[in-house]
Amino acid sequence: MPRLPALLLFAFLAAPVAAKEAVPAAADPVLEKRVIALSEELRCLVCQNQTLAESNAPLAEDLRNQVREKMRAGKSEREVVEFLVERYGDFVLYRPPLKATTILLWFGPFLLLALGFAVLLRRVRRRRQGTDAEINDADRKRAAELLAGSEPR
Amino acid sequence: MTMTRFAIPIAVFVALLALLGVGLKLDPREVPSPLIGKPAPHFELPQLHETSKTFTERDMRGKVWVLNVWASWCVSCREEHPVLLDLAASGAVPVYGLNYKDRREDGLKWLKGMGDPYKLSIFDFDGRVGIDYGVYGVPETYVIDKAGVIRYKRIGPLTPQIVKEKVLPLVRDLERA
Repeated sequence: MPRLPALLLFAFLAAPVAAKEAVPAAADPVLEKRVIALSEELRCLVCQNQTLAESNAPLAEDLRNQVREKMRAGKSEREVVEFLVERYGDFVLYRPPLKATTILLWFGPFLLLALGFAVLLRRVRRRRQGTDAEINDADRKRAAELLAGSEPR
Repeated sequence: MTMTRFAIPIAVFVALLALLGVGLKLDPREVPSPLIGKPAPHFELPQLHETSKTFTERDMRGKVWVLNVWASWCVSCREEHPVLLDLAASGAVPVYGLNYKDRREDGLKWLKGMGDPYKLSIFDFDGRVGIDYGVYGVPETYVIDKAGVIRYKRIGPLTPQIVKEKVLPLVRDLERA
């Protein structure tokens, strides 16, 4: 029966075809991965709380194309980022560089945290000292009365 | 004791309020341009009216000029347009247009219908020159000095007040230099 081997042959031929993933839109999937990875680090300027990778704004699309083109031409991630920073400033970076104008941005939260701890520490310390000092004989007498169950009216 | 007890939290609260108040006034869309003080990026683009002719920023060496990025699809450009017409009519500074990611017919129709403040407009169909100039919110306006250095950038529409207080004094200074 020649039909079964033929069928099996087709089945085996079909298997790898079926297993293949959807063909990526770009010709070069490695390049595309790099483009997306870098775009996720970059801010879309039109819709400022989205990354360049997830934004559908026309400008984001243009910028992604530029990133892709530059990478295809052999530019490194760093060179592409420099290209964008030259035009749009540090604002395009989700991780801004550490420099004089961004020191507060980087260390401000830690400064606030330290300040909070300092205040807390001071208050706790003061309260501890305060409670011991304020008890006097009259208080003790009243406490003894309360404990004995004879509440003074 | 009670005075200081409340004075500190109130002082902190007022300071926070002031900080937030300032924050409200700031426009997050106004990203400081790194291009100020740098040479205007090079371009050579076809002119909108006569696409066979090109225009480059090098043609403007030795002159102080204004480059305005506009598009017929841009809503705030409509608001800005009369201001540009006034600026151009005053003759204080030549105004050039960059028609950004527009269809040529639409751009031409816009100028015909609303008046053309530009000495000429260049046609940046794919927005490449726009990217070189860091354009992200049309309209944008640049003041470029005699040496071809960008001295001022406005993101968003020009207003009569900005023209009077920023653009014109700057142009006067640059002309003298």
